[in-house]
Amino acid sequence: MKDQADGYVTADGRQIGPVVMEMKNITLRFGGVEAIKDISLDIREGEIRAIIGPNGAGKSSMLNVISGFYVPQDGEVWYKGSRRAAMKPFQVAQQGIARTFQNIALFEGMSVLDNVMTGRLTHMETGLFWQSLWKGKAEREETANREVAEKIIDFLEIQAIRKTPVSRLSYGLKKRVELARALAAEPSILLLDEPMAGMNVEEKEDMSRFILDVNDEFGTTIVLIEHDMGVVMDLSDRVVVMDYGKKIGDGTPHEVRNNQDVIDAYLGVAHDD
Amino acid sequence: MPEQLAFALEVTANGLMAGVLYALVALGFVLIYKASGIFNYAQGVMALFAALTLAGIIDGQVPFSHLINAVLGTDVHHFGWHVPAFLAILLTMVVMIALAYAVQRLVFRHLVGQEPIILFMATIGLAYFLEGVGDLMWGSDIKSMDVGLPQGINAWIDETTFEAFGYGFFIDNLDIVASIIAALLVIGLVMFAQYTKQGRAMRAVADDHQAALSVGVSLNFIWILVWSLAGFVALVAGIMWGTKSGVQFSLSLIALKALPVLMLGGFTSIPGAIVGGLIIGVGEKLFEFLIGAPFLGGATENWFAYMLALIFLVFRPQGLFGEKIIERV
Repeated sequence: MKDQADGYVTADGRQIGPVVMEMKNITLRFGGVEAIKDISLDIREGEIRAIIGPNGAGKSSMLNVISGFYVPQDGEVWYKGSRRAAMKPFQVAQQGIARTFQNIALFEGMSVLDNVMTGRLTHMETGLFWQSLWKGKAEREETANREVAEKIIDFLEIQAIRKTPVSRLSYGLKKRVELARALAAEPSILLLDEPMAGMNVEEKEDMSRFILDVNDEFGTTIVLIEHDMGVVMDLSDRVVVMDYGKKIGDGTPHEVRNNQDVIDAYLGVAHDD
Repeated sequence: MPEQLAFALEVTANGLMAGVLYALVALGFVLIYKASGIFNYAQGVMALFAALTLAGIIDGQVPFSHLINAVLGTDVHHFGWHVPAFLAILLTMVVMIALAYAVQRLVFRHLVGQEPIILFMATIGLAYFLEGVGDLMWGSDIKSMDVGLPQGINAWIDETTFEAFGYGFFIDNLDIVASIIAALLVIGLVMFAQYTKQGRAMRAVADDHQAALSVGVSLNFIWILVWSLAGFVALVAGIMWGTKSGVQFSLSLIALKALPVLMLGGFTSIPGAIVGGLIIGVGEKLFEFLIGAPFLGGATENWFAYMLALIFLVFRPQGLFGEKIIERV
């Protein structure tokens, strides 16, 4: 069913579109260590795509390749139908790929609202001159972007802490603010690096709900790395499994769960009982 | 009103105005340090270079004339025109932006991720290089700077205070204008950082490089921007001090006065630079007036600021407004 080039409809009725990003034969080395070995994978429009694997499997490296933080030695990245040249992370962000970090990277000294507003930077076009005068287009642009930011703050239910400096927030809330900042960019692809790491059960449930809502409401394509298998199997449409830098499985949660290689490498314990 | 108190008031007013200028120089340091972690030793020389360039352009000097004459055997020195001050300031700003671009492109872009001490060493090199280039471009003779700022005693203040206290305050018009301009500049910079797109990006870069990249901010662009802003601040400082005491090498030494200001206010805080500048400006003048001149034989202004900075280093190394230094184990 998912082989159809134009997309397909999931069991719960969501429309999954054509392939928006394709990684072809990516190899990434750090000195003599191969973090990613010849991996190919595709990401379809509107889907929730998970990357799983044991610690050190190369999941975060993969995400960093997609977001431009690492440049692979071999392989091609195709985005929206054309091959992406090697580019800086900020250029990737300007192309509509937003991300969060495993170890939260927020602007600690700024308020929540300011943090979310930085997510709008790629949508602001006025030059230095008009910005400095703060008249005309610059002012209108600020207002329009502020509205988007406020909408996302509402959506993620962080209105109460809008003006609070980020450094004062709890870990769980910081993760949510980081998601808000990434969402504010209205990205075509949203990359989440362990969005639920270190959270308690309640916070995990909240975050899962937000991820599903974001995908549902805005139709955002989401690529996420997560360790909690329950969460991954519940959330994602398709799952890539990595181990020691190699891809050992790729498919729906059901397919992956029954893939012998995956069971051996990663889910072996669950299989035994 | 007793004469002593009137004296003290006059000294305080003068101190406040000197303080605003210290703050202005310190601000140049803070801008660059916050955004890139570079302590720019060359800030003072940048002020000198900006002042030299401005004076040279106004005067219609041919840049690099000595070099040109030596190589080509010609004898050109002046274009024979005088550029209006306003236009000359704009042209100088273009030169400072070009300098910012060159510094970022040729030096610091290649040193990203290096130890702070290496970045610091690079700025020392930059300071001497700029000093040389300034001489080569515009010659090493002392120039006067005249962009039309008013100078001389302010008659109105003199008369008013004479009527009120029976003692006329001596306050220089230039100091008044300088402190108003500096105050406006500081307010403008704070508003720029707070409310504009580029300002927000600037604060983002100052806070976290990775996160800034992830929201689409080009670090290179922001670094060029902060070096340009620091160049602008240096230009304003250069105009003020150049008008006051001529454009000459000693102008670059005002940067040394900014160091105690930074230690007092904290290297990362714009309000800190302002408050620190005011405290040192008023402090050194009052100390000289109350303690230095009567009991210590005078000339305390030269070292008071550094002594205060030393005391701060011992008891509050992060300064008044700096980020607290916490080592987590």
